[in-house]
Amino acid sequence: MAILRRLLGNPAALLGALLLAAVILAALVAPLLFPNDPLSLVGRPLQWPFANPRAWLGTDPSGRDIAAQIFYGARVSLLIGLVATLIAVAIGIAVGALAGYYGGLVDEALMRVTEAFQTLPSFLLLLVLVAVFGSDITTVTVAIGLVSWPAPARLTRAEFLSLRQREFVQACRVLGMGDARIIVREILPNALPPVIVYASVVMAVAILLESALAFLNLSDPNIASWGNLIGAGRGVLRTQWYVSAIPGVAILLTVLAVSLVGQGLNDALNPRLRGAAPVKAVP
Amino acid sequence: MTQPLLAVEDLSVRLPPGADRAHALAGVSLSLAPREILCVVGESGSGKSMLASTVMRLLPPGVAPDGGRLAFRGRDLLALPEAGMRRIRGAEIGMIFQEPMTALNPLRRAGDQIAEMFRIHTRLDARAIRARTLALLAEVRMPDPEAALRAYPHELSGGQRQRVMIAMALALEPALLIADEPTTALDVTTQGRILALIRDIQHRRGMGVLFITHDFGVVAEIADRVAVMRAGRLVEAGPADQVLNRPQDPYTRALIAAVPPLAPRAARAPGGPPILALAGVAKTYRGGGLLPGRARVTHAVRDVSLTLARGTTLGIVGESGSGKSTLARCIVRLLDPDAGTIRLGDTDLAALSRRAMRGQVRRVQMVFQDPFASLNPRRRAGDLVAQGPRLHGMARGAALDRARELFALVGLDPAAMDRFPHEFSGGQRQRIGLARALALEPEVLIADEPVSALDVSVQAQVLALLDSLRDRLGLSMLFITHDLRVAGQICDRIAVMKDGVVVEAGPTAAVFADPQAAYTRALLEAVPGRAWIPGRPQAAAAAG
Repeated sequence: MAILRRLLGNPAALLGALLLAAVILAALVAPLLFPNDPLSLVGRPLQWPFANPRAWLGTDPSGRDIAAQIFYGARVSLLIGLVATLIAVAIGIAVGALAGYYGGLVDEALMRVTEAFQTLPSFLLLLVLVAVFGSDITTVTVAIGLVSWPAPARLTRAEFLSLRQREFVQACRVLGMGDARIIVREILPNALPPVIVYASVVMAVAILLESALAFLNLSDPNIASWGNLIGAGRGVLRTQWYVSAIPGVAILLTVLAVSLVGQGLNDALNPRLRGAAPVKAVP
Repeated sequence: MTQPLLAVEDLSVRLPPGADRAHALAGVSLSLAPREILCVVGESGSGKSMLASTVMRLLPPGVAPDGGRLAFRGRDLLALPEAGMRRIRGAEIGMIFQEPMTALNPLRRAGDQIAEMFRIHTRLDARAIRARTLALLAEVRMPDPEAALRAYPHELSGGQRQRVMIAMALALEPALLIADEPTTALDVTTQGRILALIRDIQHRRGMGVLFITHDFGVVAEIADRVAVMRAGRLVEAGPADQVLNRPQDPYTRALIAAVPPLAPRAARAPGGPPILALAGVAKTYRGGGLLPGRARVTHAVRDVSLTLARGTTLGIVGESGSGKSTLARCIVRLLDPDAGTIRLGDTDLAALSRRAMRGQVRRVQMVFQDPFASLNPRRRAGDLVAQGPRLHGMARGAALDRARELFALVGLDPAAMDRFPHEFSGGQRQRIGLARALALEPEVLIADEPVSALDVSVQAQVLALLDSLRDRLGLSMLFITHDLRVAGQICDRIAVMKDGVVVEAGPTAAVFADPQAAYTRALLEAVPGRAWIPGRPQAAAAAG
């Protein structure tokens, strides 16, 4: 609770939290405001915003309501962001924990695999995965998770490397505790804060990756996502720029919100910024 | 009367709001004459380091002086602008720190770092700077000044690094040297040599030295005058002889009484049959390159044979790198010994597989050195103690009841079981670690430097606790320490280790009275303040 209070006491983090709450609210109220399918046609294509009271953000090149797609798109972006982040962080923690705790050959092997993933540009890898396995929303989400785990893995490994040397870990081994229990119950809770903070970066990148895929018409065309809308507006970018600009702003605000909350979380969890305990002067 | 070198008058230093007290220093008045060594002594949190930082104006953010005067050679340092302070730092006031490894830049050669003092503050050319640097390294008695000039900090030993630091502090011939726990991180024999060096240079150059320490042995060794601090206030100040031998303030008396005398404890009845017998134990570390020729081989423990009689305490004494901690970790199988047998009763622990060892761990438990690192910060104290019994099949409720008993046994309030480790003091944390080890009812307790991170008064309490528990529970204890005073307090027998080998072993009284090995003699002679017998001020007064 103290952490929450510190988080909301930080103006930037508070702004991020409010923005994020607004996006979540949009996702929740979408079916109430727009009971019809957001991909159904509502009128003449390419109407400007505020020109038609029934489609107040205008219509896209196919005559679909932009406002409805924005609200439903919030659900898709949040869902993809959350699920892909969970996948990436889960793999990352598993790989990083094993590599950091056991060291030696296990570490060598796992880190070489991680590097193999890291040297390949993640978007390129994502394109390959989507090209091979198709582009329905589940595949896209899993693929984004699969290309995002190396950074959390490295972070977890670094934390484990330093924590496993600590005497409390040795004390647990002296008590006769098994490795699995030490990793999961003793070290992991101590290693988690920086990984959680980093998860916000993963989430922001996941949302951007999905939008980039959709912009190339490689995401699931059967759902209303912000990326799809930007892709739809691509052909009329110079004349009816609002078709791409409106979802673009939505993506910008969401990624900004997630990053601000992540940054705020980092400050709140970072013990060096906590209070101002009398620290010995360091030369 | 001559002008004091440093005059501190009614100095107060404010801490930021939310700290554990309002002032780091409250109304401290001190003076340091030229050619004098003033020891400021106190326990952690007494504000003694803050005093040094205030003089140098190296205070952490949010901490600032808010009253009093600080005069150096008559100039008010508190009123001096930052630029003026920079000219004084290094040039007129030199400073040496506790940890020479972190105070030196690891990427630059020792010679360059000393030479930098001249480059910043003087207009000497490169050749003159080199000559001055060499002379300094010779003055601090580096074994090979030419080589030290080119050495990186990691290539020097701890004592040599501290000599480089001293050379840097002396480079510009300051009138005042501030030494903040300069020997605390060093081995006892090295500490003795560094203290002698500081004393010698102070004498030769006629410097004033403000020497910050927590160790009364060091005070007895080096101080002309002593100031005792507690919680930001000056408790007592006076000539060394008076404060050490005829302390006036009850706090000073209590502190001095807590310093263990360098004397073996009264002999106890010899214990029963051996419970722990080590024979030919060896552990070698291999590190470095993949090629066999390039690998670095360190023989941490070589062919150690020792026995621990049931119901007694065996001390293992040695300096850093002597292999004493490696030996302890081999016994509880945190490390796997390369050779030898470790018989606990009739089980050879060294031959057990990791899985089989897990069944035996309750018979031999360990207390660790660092009370901060040895407790998982995210677990409640009660859970930490109950953890062992629960791992070995006890139900949660029963294990917590057991933990409650143990809390009472080690002198902690059982109501504190719900707190997290950071809510306890260092000494209390060490008691939690002890309760955790005792929770499994071990036959042998291994204590790895259990009091070396504690203040002297807390150290005395924990030692007394260990000793009484040993008697009440019939424990056999292996006590690892670098401190001969502590070993004398608690050990029935001691074994002295050097470079992985036991050089001498025997009853504590015999080893203290008539050391056989040259190394043991050197260790005993290096104990700071050995000529001063604490806790017996009358005897000392009569003798003096």
